[in-house]
Amino acid sequence: MKCTVCRGPAVIDLRRHNANFCAEHFLKFCRDQVERTIDDFDMFAPGDRVLVAVSGGKDSLAAWHILRHLGYDATGLYIGLGIGEYSDTSHRYVAAFAAEHDAPLITVDLRERYGYDIPGGARAARRTPCSACGLSKRHVFDEAAIEGAFDAVATGHNLDDEAAVLFGNVLHWHTEYLGRQSPVLAARDGFPRKVKPLVRLGEREMAAYCIVAGIDYIVDECPMARGNRHLHYKAALNDIEAASPGAKADFYFGFLRRAADRFDGEAEAGREQLGRCDTCGAPSPVERCAFCRLVERAGGAVPVNAPTLRGAK
Amino acid sequence: MGSVLVRLRNPTRDIDMRGPMTVARLLNRLDLNRESVLVVRNRELVPGDALLADDDEVEIRPVISGGSA
Repeated sequence: MKCTVCRGPAVIDLRRHNANFCAEHFLKFCRDQVERTIDDFDMFAPGDRVLVAVSGGKDSLAAWHILRHLGYDATGLYIGLGIGEYSDTSHRYVAAFAAEHDAPLITVDLRERYGYDIPGGARAARRTPCSACGLSKRHVFDEAAIEGAFDAVATGHNLDDEAAVLFGNVLHWHTEYLGRQSPVLAARDGFPRKVKPLVRLGEREMAAYCIVAGIDYIVDECPMARGNRHLHYKAALNDIEAASPGAKADFYFGFLRRAADRFDGEAEAGREQLGRCDTCGAPSPVERCAFCRLVERAGGAVPVNAPTLRGAK
Repeated sequence: MGSVLVRLRNPTRDIDMRGPMTVARLLNRLDLNRESVLVVRNRELVPGDALLADDDEVEIRPVISGGSA
């Protein structure tokens, strides 16, 4: 198999692009796709300060690596969730990346800063771990971006993530969410601008990018997120993709081009009138925001043992 | 006779497969969707037409967040 660009030995074939790439041209391909996405969706401009939410997984570390390679001012934000061995390992990968690339990193530890971790906090607050985790991350992303005067928060959501969410929203006709599928959410009501620069690249490409670029990342997934329904959607879409290369991209980008604006009204109608949280000052539809209620119920929660990593020996 | 040592992830386990065979053939034999995994040999990606020889050691790495192989 030869590289479509230089005819050297290829390391990967991308059927939806009908192309094969050597290591050098694959890295260039990925960076070009990200640059095009940033330009097409007017995500941010050179000189803007971007806060990249990094978990230690392939997508977020690749996003951070690519943005820095493209010359953007990209600072990492890592949140210590306190999920046992998983969090310890993921933090090591993030810290190693920051040290190796001399990249600025902000670390927020939930227990140190707010008095709880996800396993104990979720139990104390009677939320599922994924719910407590998502709520905590959104609050910390917003808070860190506003405090640090960043121009945008970038996350590592890729084409597979977005196509799976769209698939689920169509399957269940969550029309209020269909109006929020854009890879750019403008800053509003005290929330920072949020962008997803990896949406033209699939999970396979992001994992391959890390391997080719020599980025070590945590392969094992969060032990508290097993059974997530989006995994089923991703598997179904990959079956379709195997039979019809390019189907995932057509589905997602076709929706953005042809249908997303039809749901703008429903998305807007679904937005609640926001005031300010009495406790933290964050935008909130009620006097005390959901995050502060979580902290109140979970604060000082006794740590509980998180499940171990499936891949651990 | 040697064999290809194949490491699967989530959970991590090793299996022996009789070689030689291409990467595409390996994935077919394991009934794995090529959209969902990458094959790595000596920390380098190997494409679908690469030939895996006896005594090669390869990792089949899942690429779906939360996925296994």
